[in-house]
Amino acid sequence: MAQTLVLDRREFLKSSAATGVGLLIGFRLDARAADDPAAAQEKPVPNPFNAWVRITPDNHITLILAKSEMGQGVITSLPMILAEELCVDWKQVGIEQAPTNPKIYDLGTGGSGSVGSSWLPLRRAGAAAREMMITAAAQEWNVNRDTCVAQDGGVLHGARKNFLTYGQLVEKASKLPVPDLTRVPLKNSQNFSIIGSELQRVDARSKSSGAAKFGIDSRVPGMRYAVIARCPVFGGKVKSFDATKAKNVSGVQNVFVIDPVAKGAFSAGGVVVVADSSWAAMQGREALKIEWDEGPHAGESTETLHRQFLDNAAKAGQVLRNDGDADAALAKSAKKIEATYEFPFAAHATMEPLNCTVHIRKDGAEAWVPTQAPQWAQDAIAKASGLPHDSVVVHTTLMGGGFGRRYQADFAMEAAQVAKVTGKPVMVLWTREDDMQHDFYRPSSYHKFSGAVDSDGKLAAWKHFQTSTSIGSMWGDKGESDTGEGEFGTAAFIPYRTPNYRVEYTLAKSGVPRAWWRSVEHSSSGFVVESFVDELAALAGADPLQYRLQQMGEDRVIPDFTDPKEGKPLVSARLKGVLKLAAEKGGWGSPLEKGTGRGIAAYYSFETYTSCVAEVSVVDKAVKVHRLVYAVDCGRAINPDGVRAQVESAAIYGLSALLFDAITIRGGRVEQANFNDYDMPRIMHTPKIEVYVVESTEEPTGIGEPGLPVVGPAICNAVYTLTGKRIRRLPIRAEDLA
Amino acid sequence: MAVTFELNGQSKTVDVDPQMPLLWVLRDTLNMTGTKFGCGMALCGACTVHINGEAARSCITPISSVAGKKITTIEGLSANASHPVQLAWIEEDVPQCGYCQSGQIMSAVALLAKKPNPTDADIDDFMSGNICRCGTYQRIRKAIHRAATLQAAK
Repeated sequence: MAQTLVLDRREFLKSSAATGVGLLIGFRLDARAADDPAAAQEKPVPNPFNAWVRITPDNHITLILAKSEMGQGVITSLPMILAEELCVDWKQVGIEQAPTNPKIYDLGTGGSGSVGSSWLPLRRAGAAAREMMITAAAQEWNVNRDTCVAQDGGVLHGARKNFLTYGQLVEKASKLPVPDLTRVPLKNSQNFSIIGSELQRVDARSKSSGAAKFGIDSRVPGMRYAVIARCPVFGGKVKSFDATKAKNVSGVQNVFVIDPVAKGAFSAGGVVVVADSSWAAMQGREALKIEWDEGPHAGESTETLHRQFLDNAAKAGQVLRNDGDADAALAKSAKKIEATYEFPFAAHATMEPLNCTVHIRKDGAEAWVPTQAPQWAQDAIAKASGLPHDSVVVHTTLMGGGFGRRYQADFAMEAAQVAKVTGKPVMVLWTREDDMQHDFYRPSSYHKFSGAVDSDGKLAAWKHFQTSTSIGSMWGDKGESDTGEGEFGTAAFIPYRTPNYRVEYTLAKSGVPRAWWRSVEHSSSGFVVESFVDELAALAGADPLQYRLQQMGEDRVIPDFTDPKEGKPLVSARLKGVLKLAAEKGGWGSPLEKGTGRGIAAYYSFETYTSCVAEVSVVDKAVKVHRLVYAVDCGRAINPDGVRAQVESAAIYGLSALLFDAITIRGGRVEQANFNDYDMPRIMHTPKIEVYVVESTEEPTGIGEPGLPVVGPAICNAVYTLTGKRIRRLPIRAEDLA
Repeated sequence: MAVTFELNGQSKTVDVDPQMPLLWVLRDTLNMTGTKFGCGMALCGACTVHINGEAARSCITPISSVAGKKITTIEGLSANASHPVQLAWIEEDVPQCGYCQSGQIMSAVALLAKKPNPTDADIDDFMSGNICRCGTYQRIRKAIHRAATLQAAK
């Protein structure tokens, strides 16, 4: 298999099996594969009654969920798609988590891709099951199947008395040949009764009663609890330790060392304390004396990284895109500006600290893992235990937040290493401090922009240099030869027309682990593009909304520059659509209360179009956000209220980056440890958020992340109208407002 | 050390390290996992329970300090999620990941006990100790107002 450079998460998902990082993504039951005869030949068509729908003779209908639920609502939206085609009563279905079976499921949950990638496969699976039910009923009654219809979880022929429930039909139906999934008739969308309706989340009740079980709530008879003392310096390891006092702590049972595991898990290793309760394990860890070998990164700090950024920015970078001649256009332009932007590392800070419970026996292993990538966790546990892959059973639990952090397998790898030693079921629990100091952070980056407008205000040149601690350099095969494509996203194909467009990149070296943080590269790319275009609008003396619309020009389709083959192109008409809708609903141009300002931004990410209008004030040298008005176009909304909930959520996550998120490094280690020095937006920071969802019949696209990239620039562009100050580094500091 | 207290209306005695926080007694000793661990320093509110009717952070409450007191956890709020605050939470579709919501609900119940009809400012003030990383705050505000209405109608 070809070795593919890991560009970004989407690329990673496609290529990870090939790059040998150990993620068995399995085949994807996606539209592309199903339409490709060669690809389709490689895999058997799964019987929908084995894979997706379980119906008992007493008519209990269970739909299988093959993505992980971390708050984003797939536990509701994906079964809705299946239930629609299956023609069952939503109130009567149960939902069950899929097992790890890469022959049937692609369980990896990330990239805002669950609904988009499952849309057609789930419709086809539901329709296939329905058609098999109809055939079974027609055979039962010995009638033409065209005279039979599926409805309300059964099949009807003519008069009401001829109705058989799916439970009555399932034995016969499940033995029929599976229809060709590419030809199975799908419902006419005009007849949708479930898709598009605002159904309540199926987990709202259990999550309001305390009954919902997260990974951390796993309880296995005879289980132990363990915590790990990891080297605080990234890349360091244990030199020696003294466990005498730790072993004297009541409840502590065992203390031992596990090794770090390199690429594939990137787990830190450390000194493990196993005890009969979480508390005893933590107390035992407090009592350890450890000498660390701090490794090669002990000299790294936020200051050294900043200096590296400045050094890199003083030189030309590797050219990723070069339309026209941006330097020449800038040289001869009378109206030009430069701006630099800087972003710190950011931690995910899921509310449920990481944890993983594993029981390794001689003949197999069982694990309870709150993971976005169950197959990767399974692979890590198989590797650590030395057991065959198939003998490792992974139970995917509910997650108290994921945001990309739980795509990793480090916490499963560690738990398996510990379980191998204990021989008993054991939960490895992370404390908040462990979570904050051993994350895979959103990369830190520095961006230098130069832009020019001509005498008509038209965008004459756009030059974007970026240097960052890239994700690709950590995960990709090219390592430090990473060319940075994955760090730009839509910043490498902005919707604003310019004949002179140059994008350059230089890698900044760092020992700090990096990976996918909600909206990944778009969290910074959206900020810089939508901030800088606002600066150019001001330079041109134009209204920020009108300037954006004018510079987008005629409607066009813009290929995804970083992935021209498979990335969906940006359709500028849809971006204009959300921009105008947000402006209209947000009262763009209407009078504001004294002391408040309004800003706007629009962006394309995860195949979804998002725009936001922000109203803010600045009080006591701090930004106060009063109102956010969003317009989003994510194609057909499966559950519009679920879409709104995700946008509300991404807005607050983005606000977090604006107000608080800064992981700083000193002596090769993270300086922050808990919510006292890495705070979160709280209820009093929360503005009124309105979300308008564009009604669309386009294919559904992502919504977990796309709400994030626009909120920062919309707010900071509003701050500019109040203060005349451009916010060019995050989080916002008091001195940058004065 | 044996400590006796009342948990959700029932007397409980546990024999553990007197310094062990109530949170870990609930979760590890009694297997009552509705109360959540978030930070261990009373910074996030995920572990909120009621001690003698007052909202308290169980992660910093040594078990020895609750001897003879009445503890209510999310599991003790109602049978079948029927407390007005829980009903309001479900009706407003508040939870996303849901991990912080036990603590949010316990705080909201304590707020409504003090202020049956709170303003947005009252809510922001009282609920500021509870973090929700999914950012469900707008719906939490709405749900508290709805719960106030439901409670008044009872």
